[in-house]
Amino acid sequence: MVNNIELKPVSEFIPENAPERFIYDMPSEKHEIALSTKNLQVYYGDNLALSEGDLSFERYKITSLIGASGSGKSTFLRSLNRMNDGVATVKGNIMYRGVDINTKAIDVYEMRRHIGMVFQRPNPFAKSIYNNITFALTQRGTTSKQELDEIVETSLKQAALWDEVKDELNKSALALSGGQAQRLVIARALALKPDILLLDEPSSALDPISSSQVEDTLLELKNKYTIIIVTHNMQQAARISDYTAFFHMGKVIEYDLTRKIFTRPKVALTNDYISGNFG
Amino acid sequence: MNAKTSDKIATGVIYAISSIVALILIAMLAFILVRGVPHLSWHFLTSPAKAFEAGGGIGIQLFNSFYLLVLAMAISFPIALGAAIYLNEYAHKGRFTTIVRTAIEILSSLPSVVVGLFGFLLFVVKFHFGFSILSGAVALTIFNLPLLTRSIETSLAQIPNLQREAGSALGLSRWETVIHVILPAAVPSIVTGVVLSAGRVFGEAAALIYTAGQSAPALNFGDWNPFNIASPLNPMRPAETLAVHIWKINSEGIMPDLSAVSAGASAVLIIVVLIFNFSARKIGAKLHKKLTSA
Repeated sequence: MVNNIELKPVSEFIPENAPERFIYDMPSEKHEIALSTKNLQVYYGDNLALSEGDLSFERYKITSLIGASGSGKSTFLRSLNRMNDGVATVKGNIMYRGVDINTKAIDVYEMRRHIGMVFQRPNPFAKSIYNNITFALTQRGTTSKQELDEIVETSLKQAALWDEVKDELNKSALALSGGQAQRLVIARALALKPDILLLDEPSSALDPISSSQVEDTLLELKNKYTIIIVTHNMQQAARISDYTAFFHMGKVIEYDLTRKIFTRPKVALTNDYISGNFG
Repeated sequence: MNAKTSDKIATGVIYAISSIVALILIAMLAFILVRGVPHLSWHFLTSPAKAFEAGGGIGIQLFNSFYLLVLAMAISFPIALGAAIYLNEYAHKGRFTTIVRTAIEILSSLPSVVVGLFGFLLFVVKFHFGFSILSGAVALTIFNLPLLTRSIETSLAQIPNLQREAGSALGLSRWETVIHVILPAAVPSIVTGVVLSAGRVFGEAAALIYTAGQSAPALNFGDWNPFNIASPLNPMRPAETLAVHIWKINSEGIMPDLSAVSAGASAVLIIVVLIFNFSARKIGAKLHKKLTSA
Protein backbone atom coordinates (compact mmCIF):
# COMPACT_ATOMS: atom_id res chain seq x y z
CA MET A 1 0.00 0.00 0.00
CA VAL A 2 2.01 2.93 -1.21
CA ASN A 3 -0.51 5.69 -1.20
CA ASN A 4 -2.26 5.65 2.09
CA ILE A 5 -4.92 8.12 1.23
CA GLU A 6 -7.58 9.03 3.67
CA LEU A 7 -10.92 9.30 1.95
CA LYS A 8 -12.83 12.21 3.39
CA PRO A 9 -15.34 14.64 1.99
CA VAL A 10 -13.41 16.96 -0.22
CA SER A 11 -16.09 19.36 -1.30
CA GLU A 12 -14.34 22.10 0.65
CA PHE A 13 -11.53 22.01 -1.92
CA ILE A 14 -13.77 22.58 -4.92
CA PRO A 15 -13.76 26.23 -5.88
CA GLU A 16 -17.02 28.00 -6.62
CA ASN A 17 -16.28 28.33 -10.31
CA ALA A 18 -15.03 24.79 -10.87
CA PRO A 19 -14.66 23.82 -14.55
CA GLU A 20 -16.95 21.15 -16.01
CA ARG A 21 -14.00 19.33 -17.42
CA PHE A 22 -10.34 19.41 -16.60
CA ILE A 23 -7.77 17.21 -18.27
CA TYR A 24 -4.29 17.43 -16.91
CA ASP A 25 -1.68 16.97 -19.62
CA MET A 26 1.43 15.32 -18.42
CA PRO A 27 4.50 17.23 -19.57
CA SER A 28 6.13 14.77 -21.92
CA GLU A 29 9.64 16.22 -21.52
CA LYS A 30 9.84 15.06 -17.94
CA HIS A 31 7.88 11.86 -18.23
CA GLU A 32 8.36 8.94 -20.50
CA ILE A 33 5.07 8.18 -22.21
CA ALA A 34 4.32 4.52 -22.88
CA LEU A 35 1.06 4.97 -24.71
CA SER A 36 -1.14 7.86 -25.72
CA THR A 37 -4.40 8.39 -27.48
CA LYS A 38 -5.58 11.24 -29.62
CA ASN A 39 -9.10 12.04 -30.81
CA LEU A 40 -10.22 8.56 -29.87
CA GLN A 41 -13.85 7.88 -30.74
CA VAL A 42 -15.61 4.57 -30.37
CA TYR A 43 -18.89 3.75 -32.06
CA TYR A 44 -21.11 0.76 -31.41
CA GLY A 45 -23.03 0.77 -34.66
CA ASP A 46 -24.14 4.38 -34.87
CA ASN A 47 -23.90 5.03 -31.15
CA LEU A 48 -20.97 7.10 -30.05
CA ALA A 49 -19.79 5.36 -26.87
CA LEU A 50 -16.64 7.33 -26.32
CA SER A 51 -15.42 10.68 -27.55
CA GLU A 52 -12.53 12.94 -26.71
CA GLY A 53 -10.55 10.24 -25.01
CA ASP A 54 -7.16 11.97 -25.15
CA LEU A 55 -4.87 10.47 -22.55
CA SER A 56 -1.15 9.81 -22.15
CA PHE A 57 0.09 7.03 -19.93
CA GLU A 58 3.38 7.30 -18.15
CA ARG A 59 5.82 4.43 -18.30
CA TYR A 60 6.22 2.21 -15.22
CA LYS A 61 3.23 3.75 -13.50
CA ILE A 62 -0.20 2.46 -12.69
CA THR A 63 -3.06 4.47 -14.14
CA SER A 64 -6.61 3.83 -12.98
CA LEU A 65 -9.63 4.46 -15.13
CA ILE A 66 -12.66 5.09 -12.93
CA GLY A 67 -16.24 6.05 -13.61
CA ALA A 68 -19.77 4.73 -13.38
CA SER A 69 -21.00 1.75 -15.42
CA GLY A 70 -21.43 2.81 -19.01
CA SER A 71 -19.05 5.74 -18.66
CA GLY A 72 -16.83 4.40 -21.44
CA LYS A 73 -13.81 3.37 -19.40
CA SER A 74 -13.85 -0.29 -20.41
CA THR A 75 -14.59 0.65 -23.99
CA PHE A 76 -11.58 2.93 -23.89
CA LEU A 77 -9.34 0.24 -22.36
CA ARG A 78 -10.40 -2.43 -24.83
CA SER A 79 -9.67 -0.08 -27.71
CA LEU A 80 -6.07 0.30 -26.61
CA ASN A 81 -5.03 -3.16 -27.81
CA ARG A 82 -7.72 -3.38 -30.46
CA MET A 83 -9.89 -5.88 -28.60
CA ASN A 84 -12.83 -3.89 -29.95
CA ASP A 85 -11.98 -4.90 -33.50
CA GLY A 86 -15.07 -6.42 -35.04
CA VAL A 87 -17.18 -5.25 -32.09
CA ALA A 88 -16.99 -1.49 -32.41
CA THR A 89 -15.55 1.11 -34.73
CA VAL A 90 -12.59 2.91 -33.25
CA LYS A 91 -11.48 6.18 -34.79
CA GLY A 92 -8.49 8.29 -33.86
CA ASN A 93 -4.87 7.57 -33.04
CA ILE A 94 -3.32 5.28 -30.47
CA MET A 95 0.39 6.07 -30.33
CA TYR A 96 2.74 3.37 -29.10
CA ARG A 97 6.48 3.78 -29.56
CA GLY A 98 5.89 6.48 -32.14
CA VAL A 99 3.59 4.31 -34.23
CA ASP A 100 -0.15 4.67 -34.60
CA ILE A 101 -1.40 1.17 -33.80
CA ASN A 102 -4.97 1.97 -34.75
CA THR A 103 -4.36 1.41 -38.46
CA LYS A 104 -5.00 -1.47 -40.81
CA ALA A 105 -1.30 -1.95 -41.50
CA ILE A 106 -0.62 -2.99 -37.91
CA ASP A 107 -0.31 -6.72 -37.18
CA VAL A 108 -2.73 -6.81 -34.24
CA TYR A 109 -1.56 -10.26 -33.13
CA GLU A 110 2.02 -9.04 -32.82
CA MET A 111 0.90 -5.77 -31.20
CA ARG A 112 -1.09 -7.59 -28.52
CA ARG A 113 2.09 -9.35 -27.42
CA HIS A 114 3.40 -5.93 -26.44
CA ILE A 115 0.13 -4.71 -24.98
CA GLY A 116 -1.34 -7.55 -22.96
CA MET A 117 -4.75 -7.73 -21.35
CA VAL A 118 -6.35 -9.33 -18.30
CA PHE A 119 -10.11 -9.52 -18.00
CA GLN A 120 -12.67 -9.21 -15.26
CA ARG A 121 -13.37 -12.91 -14.95
CA PRO A 122 -10.38 -15.26 -14.82
CA ASN A 123 -10.20 -17.10 -18.14
CA PRO A 124 -7.53 -19.79 -17.99
CA PHE A 125 -7.50 -22.25 -20.88
CA ALA A 126 -8.66 -25.81 -20.30
CA LYS A 127 -5.00 -26.83 -20.22
CA SER A 128 -2.43 -27.49 -17.53
CA ILE A 129 -1.01 -24.59 -15.54
CA TYR A 130 2.27 -25.02 -17.38
CA ASN A 131 0.68 -25.10 -20.83
CA ASN A 132 -1.48 -22.08 -20.08
CA ILE A 133 1.69 -20.06 -19.80
CA THR A 134 3.71 -21.66 -22.57
CA PHE A 135 0.98 -22.05 -25.17
CA ALA A 136 1.22 -18.62 -26.80
CA LEU A 137 5.02 -18.89 -26.76
CA THR A 138 5.19 -22.29 -28.42
CA GLN A 139 2.76 -21.09 -31.06
CA ARG A 140 5.38 -18.49 -31.98
CA GLY A 141 8.23 -20.94 -32.09
CA THR A 142 9.77 -21.02 -28.63
CA THR A 143 10.47 -24.71 -28.21
CA SER A 144 13.45 -25.01 -25.87
CA LYS A 145 12.18 -26.82 -22.81
CA GLN A 146 14.74 -25.09 -20.62
CA GLU A 147 13.74 -21.64 -21.84
CA LEU A 148 10.05 -22.42 -21.36
CA ASP A 149 10.67 -23.77 -17.86
CA GLU A 150 12.46 -20.56 -16.96
CA ILE A 151 9.71 -18.36 -18.36
CA VAL A 152 7.06 -20.35 -16.48
CA GLU A 153 8.94 -19.96 -13.22
CA THR A 154 9.70 -16.26 -13.70
CA SER A 155 6.22 -15.26 -14.72
CA LEU A 156 4.56 -17.30 -11.99
CA LYS A 157 6.90 -15.70 -9.47
CA GLN A 158 6.10 -12.25 -10.84
CA ALA A 159 2.41 -13.00 -10.46
CA ALA A 160 3.05 -14.29 -6.92
CA LEU A 161 1.64 -17.71 -7.72
CA TRP A 162 4.81 -19.81 -7.93
CA ASP A 163 4.87 -20.97 -4.31
CA GLU A 164 1.28 -22.16 -4.49
CA VAL A 165 1.51 -24.15 -7.72
CA LYS A 166 5.16 -25.10 -8.26
CA ASP A 167 4.54 -28.75 -7.38
CA GLU A 168 1.49 -29.16 -9.58
CA LEU A 169 2.32 -27.40 -12.81
CA ASN A 170 0.75 -30.23 -14.78
CA LYS A 171 -2.56 -29.90 -13.00
CA SER A 172 -5.47 -28.49 -14.99
CA ALA A 173 -5.72 -24.72 -14.60
CA LEU A 174 -9.49 -25.09 -14.28
CA ALA A 175 -8.97 -26.59 -10.83
CA LEU A 176 -7.47 -23.35 -9.45
CA SER A 177 -9.43 -21.02 -7.21
CA GLY A 178 -10.67 -17.73 -8.66
CA GLY A 179 -7.83 -15.69 -7.18
CA GLN A 180 -5.19 -18.20 -8.26
CA ALA A 181 -6.69 -18.39 -11.74
CA GLN A 182 -6.58 -14.61 -12.06
CA ARG A 183 -2.92 -14.54 -11.03
CA LEU A 184 -2.24 -17.37 -13.51
CA VAL A 185 -3.86 -15.28 -16.23
CA ILE A 186 -1.61 -12.35 -15.24
CA ALA A 187 1.41 -14.68 -15.37
CA ARG A 188 0.29 -15.89 -18.78
CA ALA A 189 0.19 -12.31 -20.03
CA LEU A 190 3.59 -11.56 -18.48
CA ALA A 191 5.18 -14.60 -20.13
CA LEU A 192 5.01 -12.74 -23.43
CA LYS A 193 7.13 -9.97 -21.86
CA PRO A 194 4.73 -7.17 -22.75
CA ASP A 195 5.44 -3.46 -22.22
CA ILE A 196 1.98 -2.57 -21.15
CA LEU A 197 -0.59 -4.52 -19.20
CA LEU A 198 -4.24 -3.58 -19.53
CA LEU A 199 -6.53 -4.84 -16.78
CA ASP A 200 -10.31 -4.69 -17.00
CA GLU A 201 -11.61 -4.83 -13.41
CA PRO A 202 -9.23 -7.68 -12.62
CA SER A 203 -10.35 -8.19 -9.05
CA SER A 204 -14.04 -7.39 -9.13
CA ALA A 205 -14.97 -11.07 -9.40
CA LEU A 206 -12.67 -12.07 -6.53
CA ASP A 207 -13.02 -12.26 -2.77
CA PRO A 208 -11.27 -9.56 -0.68
CA ILE A 209 -8.20 -11.68 0.11
CA SER A 210 -7.60 -12.74 -3.48
CA SER A 211 -8.32 -9.19 -4.51
CA SER A 212 -5.61 -7.79 -2.26
CA GLN A 213 -3.18 -10.46 -3.50
CA VAL A 214 -3.81 -9.26 -7.04
CA GLU A 215 -3.26 -5.66 -5.92
CA ASP A 216 0.05 -6.58 -4.29
CA THR A 217 1.05 -8.34 -7.48
CA LEU A 218 0.29 -5.24 -9.53
CA LEU A 219 2.33 -3.04 -7.22
CA GLU A 220 5.27 -5.42 -7.68
CA LEU A 221 4.85 -5.41 -11.44
CA LYS A 222 4.90 -1.65 -11.70
CA ASN A 223 8.72 -1.66 -11.65
CA LYS A 224 8.81 -3.37 -15.00
CA TYR A 225 5.50 -2.71 -16.69
CA THR A 226 3.18 0.12 -17.51
CA ILE A 227 -0.19 -0.77 -16.06
CA ILE A 228 -3.58 0.63 -17.00
CA ILE A 229 -6.45 -0.66 -14.89
CA VAL A 230 -10.19 -0.16 -15.03
CA THR A 231 -11.72 -0.39 -11.59
CA HIS A 232 -15.04 0.18 -9.89
CA ASN A 233 -13.37 0.08 -6.54
CA MET A 234 -12.38 3.59 -5.48
CA GLN A 235 -10.22 2.36 -2.62
CA GLN A 236 -8.35 0.15 -5.03
CA ALA A 237 -7.69 3.05 -7.38
CA ALA A 238 -6.51 5.15 -4.46
CA ARG A 239 -4.30 2.40 -3.06
CA ILE A 240 -2.45 1.26 -6.12
CA SER A 241 -2.48 3.86 -8.87
CA ASP A 242 -0.24 6.82 -9.56
CA TYR A 243 -2.63 8.48 -11.97
CA THR A 244 -6.38 8.38 -12.20
CA ALA A 245 -8.66 9.26 -15.07
CA PHE A 246 -12.31 9.87 -14.33
CA PHE A 247 -14.74 8.96 -17.14
CA HIS A 248 -18.30 10.16 -17.40
CA MET A 249 -20.79 9.68 -20.24
CA GLY A 250 -18.10 8.72 -22.74
CA LYS A 251 -15.73 11.56 -21.90
CA VAL A 252 -12.65 11.95 -19.77
CA ILE A 253 -13.66 14.52 -17.18
CA GLU A 254 -10.51 14.72 -15.14
CA TYR A 255 -7.07 13.17 -15.36
CA ASP A 256 -4.45 13.83 -12.74
CA LEU A 257 -2.24 12.34 -10.10
CA THR A 258 -4.32 9.92 -8.06
CA ARG A 259 -3.45 11.83 -4.92
CA LYS A 260 -4.91 15.01 -6.40
CA ILE A 261 -8.02 13.34 -7.80
CA PHE A 262 -8.85 11.87 -4.43
CA THR A 263 -8.02 14.89 -2.31
CA ARG A 264 -8.44 17.97 -4.46
CA PRO A 265 -10.43 17.22 -7.60
CA LYS A 266 -10.80 20.27 -9.76
CA VAL A 267 -14.15 19.29 -11.21
CA ALA A 268 -17.24 19.05 -9.02
CA LEU A 269 -18.46 15.98 -10.93
CA THR A 270 -15.31 14.05 -10.02
CA ASN A 271 -15.84 14.92 -6.43
CA ASP A 272 -19.44 13.77 -6.60
CA TYR A 273 -18.35 10.43 -8.01
CA ILE A 274 -15.54 9.67 -5.60
CA SER A 275 -17.67 10.74 -2.67
CA GLY A 276 -20.26 8.19 -3.76
CA ASN A 277 -22.96 10.66 -4.74
CA PHE A 278 -23.65 8.73 -7.94
CA GLY A 279 -22.46 5.72 -9.90
CA MET B 1 -58.92 -21.92 -5.85
CA ASN B 2 -55.91 -20.57 -4.04
CA ALA B 3 -52.36 -20.42 -5.37
CA LYS B 4 -51.20 -23.36 -3.31
CA THR B 5 -53.89 -25.76 -4.52
CA SER B 6 -53.50 -24.78 -8.16
CA ASP B 7 -49.74 -25.26 -7.88
CA LYS B 8 -50.30 -28.72 -6.43
CA ILE B 9 -52.65 -29.69 -9.23
CA ALA B 10 -50.30 -28.34 -11.89
CA THR B 11 -47.37 -30.24 -10.36
CA GLY B 12 -49.41 -33.43 -10.31
CA VAL B 13 -50.48 -33.07 -13.95
CA ILE B 14 -46.97 -32.32 -15.17
CA TYR B 15 -45.64 -35.23 -13.14
CA ALA B 16 -48.22 -37.54 -14.70
CA ILE B 17 -47.43 -36.39 -18.23
CA SER B 18 -43.68 -36.94 -17.76
CA SER B 19 -44.39 -40.38 -16.30
CA ILE B 20 -46.42 -41.30 -19.38
CA VAL B 21 -43.48 -40.42 -21.63
CA ALA B 22 -41.13 -42.54 -19.55
CA LEU B 23 -43.65 -45.39 -19.37
CA ILE B 24 -44.10 -45.52 -23.14
CA LEU B 25 -40.35 -45.88 -23.58
CA ILE B 26 -40.02 -48.48 -20.84
CA ALA B 27 -42.97 -50.49 -22.19
CA MET B 28 -41.56 -50.46 -25.70
CA LEU B 29 -38.09 -51.48 -24.59
CA ALA B 30 -39.45 -54.17 -22.34
CA PHE B 31 -41.63 -55.58 -25.13
CA ILE B 32 -38.77 -55.73 -27.63
CA LEU B 33 -36.22 -57.08 -25.17
CA VAL B 34 -38.48 -59.70 -23.57
CA ARG B 35 -39.48 -61.00 -26.99
CA GLY B 36 -36.02 -60.80 -28.52
CA VAL B 37 -33.39 -61.58 -25.92
CA PRO B 38 -34.31 -65.32 -25.57
CA HIS B 39 -33.38 -65.80 -29.23
CA LEU B 40 -29.92 -64.26 -28.84
CA SER B 41 -26.94 -66.58 -29.02
CA TRP B 42 -23.40 -66.41 -30.26
CA HIS B 43 -24.53 -68.40 -33.28
CA PHE B 44 -27.33 -65.92 -34.03
CA LEU B 45 -24.97 -62.95 -33.79
CA THR B 46 -22.26 -64.42 -36.00
CA SER B 47 -23.81 -66.64 -38.65
CA PRO B 48 -25.23 -65.44 -41.99
CA ALA B 49 -28.95 -65.11 -42.58
CA LYS B 50 -30.89 -67.95 -44.21
CA ALA B 51 -33.68 -67.14 -46.61
CA PHE B 52 -35.63 -70.40 -46.66
CA GLU B 53 -34.71 -72.43 -43.59
CA ALA B 54 -34.68 -71.88 -39.86
CA GLY B 55 -31.52 -71.19 -37.84
CA GLY B 56 -30.19 -68.17 -39.74
CA GLY B 57 -28.33 -65.37 -37.98
CA ILE B 58 -27.59 -61.70 -38.47
CA GLY B 59 -23.76 -61.75 -38.54
CA ILE B 60 -23.31 -60.10 -41.90
CA GLN B 61 -26.03 -57.51 -41.30
CA LEU B 62 -24.48 -56.62 -37.97
CA PHE B 63 -21.08 -56.16 -39.56
CA ASN B 64 -22.58 -54.14 -42.41
CA SER B 65 -24.31 -51.82 -39.96
CA PHE B 66 -21.08 -51.06 -38.15
CA TYR B 67 -19.02 -50.71 -41.31
CA LEU B 68 -21.56 -48.31 -42.83
CA LEU B 69 -21.68 -46.38 -39.59
CA VAL B 70 -17.91 -45.96 -39.54
CA LEU B 71 -17.78 -44.87 -43.17
CA ALA B 72 -20.72 -42.48 -42.83
CA MET B 73 -19.14 -40.95 -39.73
CA ALA B 74 -15.76 -40.68 -41.42
CA ILE B 75 -17.35 -38.72 -44.25
CA SER B 76 -19.80 -36.61 -42.28
CA PHE B 77 -17.69 -35.69 -39.23
CA PRO B 78 -15.05 -33.56 -41.01
CA ILE B 79 -17.70 -31.76 -43.04
CA ALA B 80 -19.93 -31.16 -40.01
CA LEU B 81 -16.95 -29.98 -37.96
CA GLY B 82 -15.89 -27.51 -40.63
CA ALA B 83 -19.41 -26.19 -41.09
CA ALA B 84 -19.91 -25.86 -37.33
CA ILE B 85 -16.61 -24.01 -36.87
CA TYR B 86 -17.57 -21.64 -39.66
CA LEU B 87 -21.06 -21.01 -38.30
CA ASN B 88 -20.07 -20.54 -34.69
CA GLU B 89 -16.66 -18.90 -34.93
CA TYR B 90 -16.46 -17.08 -38.23
CA ALA B 91 -19.91 -16.35 -39.63
CA HIS B 92 -21.11 -12.79 -39.57
CA LYS B 93 -24.76 -12.01 -39.82
CA GLY B 94 -25.41 -11.82 -43.51
CA ARG B 95 -26.93 -13.37 -46.55
CA PHE B 96 -24.48 -16.24 -46.92
CA THR B 97 -24.83 -17.30 -43.28
CA THR B 98 -28.61 -17.15 -43.52
CA ILE B 99 -28.56 -19.34 -46.62
CA VAL B 100 -26.27 -21.90 -44.94
CA ARG B 101 -28.42 -21.99 -41.82
CA THR B 102 -31.64 -22.34 -43.78
CA ALA B 103 -30.09 -25.12 -45.86
CA ILE B 104 -29.11 -27.01 -42.73
CA GLU B 105 -32.57 -26.60 -41.25
CA ILE B 106 -34.31 -27.85 -44.39
CA LEU B 107 -31.85 -30.72 -44.76
CA SER B 108 -32.53 -31.79 -41.19
CA SER B 109 -36.27 -31.87 -41.75
CA LEU B 110 -36.12 -33.98 -44.93
CA PRO B 111 -37.75 -37.39 -44.39
CA SER B 112 -35.07 -40.05 -44.56
CA VAL B 113 -36.93 -41.99 -47.24
CA VAL B 114 -36.64 -38.93 -49.48
CA VAL B 115 -32.90 -38.84 -48.80
CA GLY B 116 -32.80 -42.54 -49.69
CA LEU B 117 -34.64 -42.13 -52.99
CA PHE B 118 -32.50 -39.12 -53.87
CA GLY B 119 -29.41 -41.22 -53.11
CA PHE B 120 -30.81 -44.01 -55.28
CA LEU B 121 -31.29 -41.72 -58.29
CA LEU B 122 -28.05 -39.82 -57.94
CA PHE B 123 -25.47 -42.25 -56.55
CA VAL B 124 -26.86 -45.67 -57.43
CA VAL B 125 -28.15 -44.89 -60.91
CA LYS B 126 -26.51 -41.71 -62.16
CA PHE B 127 -23.03 -42.19 -60.70
CA HIS B 128 -23.16 -45.99 -61.22
CA PHE B 129 -22.18 -46.70 -57.61
CA GLY B 130 -24.85 -49.43 -57.67
CA PHE B 131 -26.44 -50.73 -54.49
CA SER B 132 -23.32 -50.40 -52.42
CA ILE B 133 -21.87 -49.46 -49.09
CA LEU B 134 -20.53 -46.30 -50.73
CA SER B 135 -23.99 -45.19 -51.87
CA GLY B 136 -25.34 -45.99 -48.43
CA ALA B 137 -22.58 -44.11 -46.65
CA VAL B 138 -23.14 -40.99 -48.75
CA ALA B 139 -26.91 -41.17 -48.17
CA LEU B 140 -26.32 -41.56 -44.45
CA THR B 141 -23.99 -38.56 -44.58
CA ILE B 142 -26.75 -36.43 -46.07
CA PHE B 143 -29.10 -37.72 -43.38
CA ASN B 144 -26.62 -37.18 -40.57
CA LEU B 145 -24.86 -33.97 -41.63
CA PRO B 146 -27.38 -31.34 -40.50
CA LEU B 147 -27.94 -32.88 -37.08
CA LEU B 148 -24.26 -33.43 -36.45
CA THR B 149 -23.42 -29.89 -37.58
CA ARG B 150 -26.04 -28.51 -35.24
CA SER B 151 -24.76 -30.61 -32.36
CA ILE B 152 -21.11 -29.59 -32.85
CA GLU B 153 -22.12 -25.95 -33.27
CA THR B 154 -23.96 -26.12 -29.93
CA SER B 155 -20.88 -27.65 -28.31
CA LEU B 156 -18.71 -24.80 -29.59
CA ALA B 157 -21.25 -22.19 -28.54
CA GLN B 158 -21.12 -23.52 -24.98
CA ILE B 159 -17.47 -22.51 -24.65
CA PRO B 160 -17.57 -19.08 -23.03
CA ASN B 161 -16.41 -16.05 -25.00
CA LEU B 162 -13.86 -15.43 -22.27
CA GLN B 163 -11.77 -18.18 -23.84
CA ARG B 164 -11.79 -16.48 -27.23
CA GLU B 165 -10.88 -13.14 -25.62
CA ALA B 166 -8.07 -14.85 -23.73
CA GLY B 167 -6.70 -16.16 -27.00
CA SER B 168 -6.81 -12.87 -28.85
CA ALA B 169 -5.41 -10.95 -25.88
CA LEU B 170 -2.36 -13.22 -26.09
CA GLY B 171 -1.87 -12.34 -29.73
CA LEU B 172 -3.21 -15.65 -31.02
CA SER B 173 -5.09 -15.55 -34.27
CA ARG B 174 -8.70 -16.63 -34.38
CA TRP B 175 -7.70 -19.86 -36.13
CA GLU B 176 -5.08 -20.68 -33.49
CA THR B 177 -7.60 -19.98 -30.75
CA VAL B 178 -10.27 -22.16 -32.36
CA ILE B 179 -7.96 -25.11 -33.01
CA HIS B 180 -5.94 -25.08 -29.80
CA VAL B 181 -8.29 -23.56 -27.23
CA ILE B 182 -11.94 -23.79 -28.24
CA LEU B 183 -11.96 -27.22 -29.89
CA PRO B 184 -10.10 -29.05 -27.09
CA ALA B 185 -12.41 -27.49 -24.53
CA ALA B 186 -15.43 -28.58 -26.56
CA VAL B 187 -14.21 -32.16 -27.13
CA PRO B 188 -16.28 -33.81 -24.36
CA SER B 189 -19.50 -32.33 -25.63
CA ILE B 190 -18.59 -32.95 -29.29
CA VAL B 191 -17.86 -36.61 -28.53
CA THR B 192 -21.21 -36.98 -26.78
CA GLY B 193 -22.93 -35.52 -29.83
CA VAL B 194 -21.04 -37.76 -32.24
CA VAL B 195 -21.85 -40.93 -30.29
CA LEU B 196 -25.52 -39.97 -30.00
CA SER B 197 -25.73 -39.35 -33.73
CA ALA B 198 -23.98 -42.68 -34.29
CA GLY B 199 -26.87 -44.34 -32.49
CA ARG B 200 -29.31 -42.58 -34.78
CA VAL B 201 -27.38 -43.53 -37.90
CA PHE B 202 -27.08 -47.15 -36.74
CA GLY B 203 -30.84 -47.54 -36.54
CA GLU B 204 -31.59 -45.80 -39.84
CA ALA B 205 -33.36 -47.97 -42.44
CA ALA B 206 -35.31 -45.85 -44.92
CA ALA B 207 -32.29 -43.99 -46.30
CA LEU B 208 -30.50 -47.30 -46.91
CA ILE B 209 -33.15 -49.51 -48.52
CA TYR B 210 -32.54 -48.05 -51.99
CA THR B 211 -28.88 -47.16 -51.56
CA ALA B 212 -26.97 -49.83 -49.67
CA GLY B 213 -29.46 -52.38 -50.93
CA GLN B 214 -31.47 -55.19 -49.43
CA SER B 215 -29.15 -58.11 -49.96
CA ALA B 216 -26.27 -59.36 -47.87
CA PRO B 217 -23.99 -61.50 -50.03
CA ALA B 218 -21.78 -63.95 -48.20
CA LEU B 219 -18.54 -62.47 -46.96
CA ASN B 220 -15.17 -64.05 -46.50
CA PHE B 221 -13.97 -62.76 -43.15
CA GLY B 222 -10.47 -64.02 -43.92
CA ASP B 223 -10.08 -61.62 -46.84
CA TRP B 224 -9.45 -58.00 -45.84
CA ASN B 225 -8.42 -56.68 -49.23
CA PRO B 226 -11.06 -54.01 -49.97
CA PHE B 227 -10.75 -54.65 -53.72
CA ASN B 228 -11.96 -58.25 -53.52
CA ILE B 229 -15.68 -58.69 -54.01
CA ALA B 230 -16.13 -61.06 -51.07
CA SER B 231 -14.07 -58.90 -48.71
CA PRO B 232 -16.02 -57.38 -45.83
CA LEU B 233 -14.22 -54.09 -46.49
CA ASN B 234 -15.20 -53.81 -50.16
CA PRO B 235 -17.18 -50.56 -50.36
CA MET B 236 -18.79 -51.40 -53.69
CA ARG B 237 -20.70 -54.47 -52.52
CA PRO B 238 -24.38 -54.35 -51.58
CA ALA B 239 -24.84 -54.38 -47.85
CA GLU B 240 -28.10 -54.94 -46.08
CA THR B 241 -27.88 -53.52 -42.57
CA LEU B 242 -29.56 -54.77 -39.43
CA ALA B 243 -32.33 -52.17 -39.55
CA VAL B 244 -33.02 -52.87 -43.24
CA HIS B 245 -32.97 -56.61 -42.50
CA ILE B 246 -35.69 -56.22 -39.88
CA TRP B 247 -37.81 -54.24 -42.29
CA LYS B 248 -37.19 -56.74 -45.09
CA ILE B 249 -37.96 -59.99 -43.29
CA ASN B 250 -41.09 -58.49 -41.81
CA SER B 251 -42.38 -57.41 -45.19
CA GLU B 252 -41.31 -60.33 -47.40
CA GLY B 253 -39.46 -62.90 -45.28
CA ILE B 254 -40.34 -66.55 -45.86
CA MET B 255 -38.08 -68.38 -43.41
CA PRO B 256 -39.99 -70.56 -40.90
CA ASP B 257 -38.45 -68.91 -37.82
CA LEU B 258 -39.28 -65.45 -39.15
CA SER B 259 -40.71 -64.00 -35.97
CA ALA B 260 -37.83 -65.27 -33.85
CA VAL B 261 -35.22 -63.77 -36.19
CA SER B 262 -37.13 -60.50 -36.34
CA ALA B 263 -37.49 -60.30 -32.56
CA GLY B 264 -33.84 -61.18 -31.99
CA ALA B 265 -32.59 -58.68 -34.57
CA SER B 266 -34.78 -55.94 -33.10
CA ALA B 267 -33.43 -56.66 -29.64
CA VAL B 268 -29.85 -56.45 -30.91
CA LEU B 269 -30.59 -53.16 -32.69
CA ILE B 270 -32.18 -51.66 -29.59
CA ILE B 271 -29.36 -52.88 -27.33
CA VAL B 272 -26.70 -51.35 -29.58
CA VAL B 273 -28.56 -48.03 -29.74
CA LEU B 274 -28.95 -48.08 -25.95
CA ILE B 275 -25.23 -48.75 -25.55
CA PHE B 276 -24.49 -45.76 -27.77
CA ASN B 277 -26.82 -43.53 -25.78
CA PHE B 278 -25.55 -44.52 -22.35
CA SER B 279 -21.90 -44.52 -23.32
CA ALA B 280 -22.28 -41.09 -24.96
CA ARG B 281 -22.94 -39.51 -21.58
CA LYS B 282 -20.36 -41.62 -19.77
CA ILE B 283 -17.60 -40.84 -22.26
CA GLY B 284 -18.50 -37.14 -22.32
CA ALA B 285 -18.51 -36.90 -18.53
CA LYS B 286 -15.24 -38.80 -18.29
CA LEU B 287 -13.50 -36.59 -20.84
CA HIS B 288 -14.83 -33.50 -19.11
CA LYS B 289 -13.51 -34.70 -15.78
CA LYS B 290 -10.13 -35.49 -17.29
CA LEU B 291 -9.99 -32.04 -18.82
CA THR B 292 -10.98 -30.11 -15.73
CA SER B 293 -9.10 -31.85 -12.94
CA ALA B 294 -6.31 -34.24 -14.00
